[in-house]
Amino acid sequence: MTELGVTSVTDQRPTLRLEETNVSDAVADDAAPATGHTVFDVQDLSVYYGPFRAVRNVNLEVRQHEITAFIGPSGCGKTTVLRCFNRMNDFIETAKVEGRIDYHGVDLYDPQVNSTEVRRRIGMVFQKPNPFPKSIYDNVAYGPKLGGMKKKSELDEVVERSLKGAALWDEVKDRLKSSGLGLSGGQQQRLCIARAIAVDPEVILMDEPCSALDPIATARIEDLMQEIKQRFTIIIVTHNMQQAARVSDRTAFFTTEINPESDRRTGVLVEYDRTKKMFSNPSDERTEQYVTGRFG
Amino acid sequence: MSATPATLTVHDLLGDKKRRNREARMRFLFRLAAVLSVVVSGLILFTLLRGAIDFLRLVPFGDLVDDSTAPGWFPRRERFDLPTVVLGSVVMGSIAMVVAVPFGLGTAIYLSEYASPRTRRIIKPIIEVLAGIPSVVVGYFALKFIAPDIVGPLFDPDKVQNMLAAGIGIGILIIPIMASVSEDALSAVPQSLREASYGVGARKSATVARVVIPAAVSGIVAAFIIAVSRAIGETMVATMAGGLDGSGPRAVSPLDPGLSITAALTNAAGGTDQVKDGAPFQVLFFLGLVLFLATMLLNTIGNRFVRRVRQKY
Repeated sequence: MTELGVTSVTDQRPTLRLEETNVSDAVADDAAPATGHTVFDVQDLSVYYGPFRAVRNVNLEVRQHEITAFIGPSGCGKTTVLRCFNRMNDFIETAKVEGRIDYHGVDLYDPQVNSTEVRRRIGMVFQKPNPFPKSIYDNVAYGPKLGGMKKKSELDEVVERSLKGAALWDEVKDRLKSSGLGLSGGQQQRLCIARAIAVDPEVILMDEPCSALDPIATARIEDLMQEIKQRFTIIIVTHNMQQAARVSDRTAFFTTEINPESDRRTGVLVEYDRTKKMFSNPSDERTEQYVTGRFG
Repeated sequence: MSATPATLTVHDLLGDKKRRNREARMRFLFRLAAVLSVVVSGLILFTLLRGAIDFLRLVPFGDLVDDSTAPGWFPRRERFDLPTVVLGSVVMGSIAMVVAVPFGLGTAIYLSEYASPRTRRIIKPIIEVLAGIPSVVVGYFALKFIAPDIVGPLFDPDKVQNMLAAGIGIGILIIPIMASVSEDALSAVPQSLREASYGVGARKSATVARVVIPAAVSGIVAAFIIAVSRAIGETMVATMAGGLDGSGPRAVSPLDPGLSITAALTNAAGGTDQVKDGAPFQVLFFLGLVLFLATMLLNTIGNRFVRRVRQKY
């Protein structure tokens, strides 16, 4: 289904094992961008809410230092799948995951895997900007402080680096102590990105990060994604096909199937390929109809 | 569908006169009910004010806080030492808060953050039952169980009735209000903030301590203030288990018997200490006013904090 050989597989990174727990060690070697290495290998993933199957039989591979976009009509399960990658669905009591998501070869849903540790490495930016009702500084320093960083000089440095990384530093450097809620929507979302990258994750999941923003703020976030792609692997869910076409390297198109017996909708992955191909010459008719705006 | 008349006049749209009158009567009745409760509140305040002013004409305020005379609250002997009863209320109220805050807040955090929906469905009604126990029952519980079986063996006070036992009883009574107001505040914290915290790899305990509680802090303060107001206003437990001892001294130990403002009021209103007129009678209005103002002030501050929580999200 996917097209291999975009670039040669040069990454020498060893396979991650359960015993490795130090985040910075694992990520520090990856200063140089290296595409091709598989970060997530999703095998036959289905998600249930109670008895109801929300998404079925998803198979895809997410590669390092690429931006992978999930597109599709409402209710097709793209957010549900995204939230499996950092085990955010754990908080929904009725949610049950079937199949496998391998993260560098480790099954994310192995009973030994600690979901907290997973979320340290796989950060998330949400649909609605959700800064804490704390100062800008404390928002960004929250993650590093949890990790045990106490020295003010170190925290200062992380906060500055993260805010610069999120292209927000110049706008807020004089008011780090004022509330994060006082920022504009676009600034709040960049603050949330700064908060996510402050713990130096390997992957950043973005759940429709621009849906609450105006076009100018959206363009800034999209530029930012291109910049931080050098350091992180990004998966983005978006309603906006143009956005997927603009920013992503690969695109997964999901749609819904109606179960004739229960009349409930189940999300399915229709096609997953390089973005260029998905938008110019898709293999599946449904993808073509969707990307040309004929349905959805 | 009725046929459209050739010409339509205002009279056609007036409707049934009987129904219009009925509507007006109903509105009048409901308005009367609303006005009446306002009038009654006003009358109570007026009565308290008038009685209190009369009392202050007989006994100037300076005499109430004069510590050159012997302390103690003995209205029939015309010894009105305000600090005695205020301290009684403060001591019992403080003990009550020491009991109610950890249990109430702990319950709230458990229900809002940890309990499964099923557990919540079981525990919440139980707390509501606790809120519905008549205070006189808790008074007996404090007098017959807390005082002799808990406070007695642990601290060996001089008398069975003491402010510690009464304070614990009052604390039990106000756990539900502390729990329910702070649970509202914690539940009002948007899920998105919790997810933001989990999203950077925070554990549940860290999320609760560093995000949820700080975000709900004004509601928790409101719960605290409203609980203090209830604790000060609580009467039966303080009267039954507190010892009804108005002799002072002003430096009070929780293990001594004492007299709260509320207990001083009930004590004078019935039983052996019954009084009918003069300063010993008028002082009741004065104490009532003090109590009324204190709880009203606390409730106003508390409600302001509650409103602040609602505005934030």
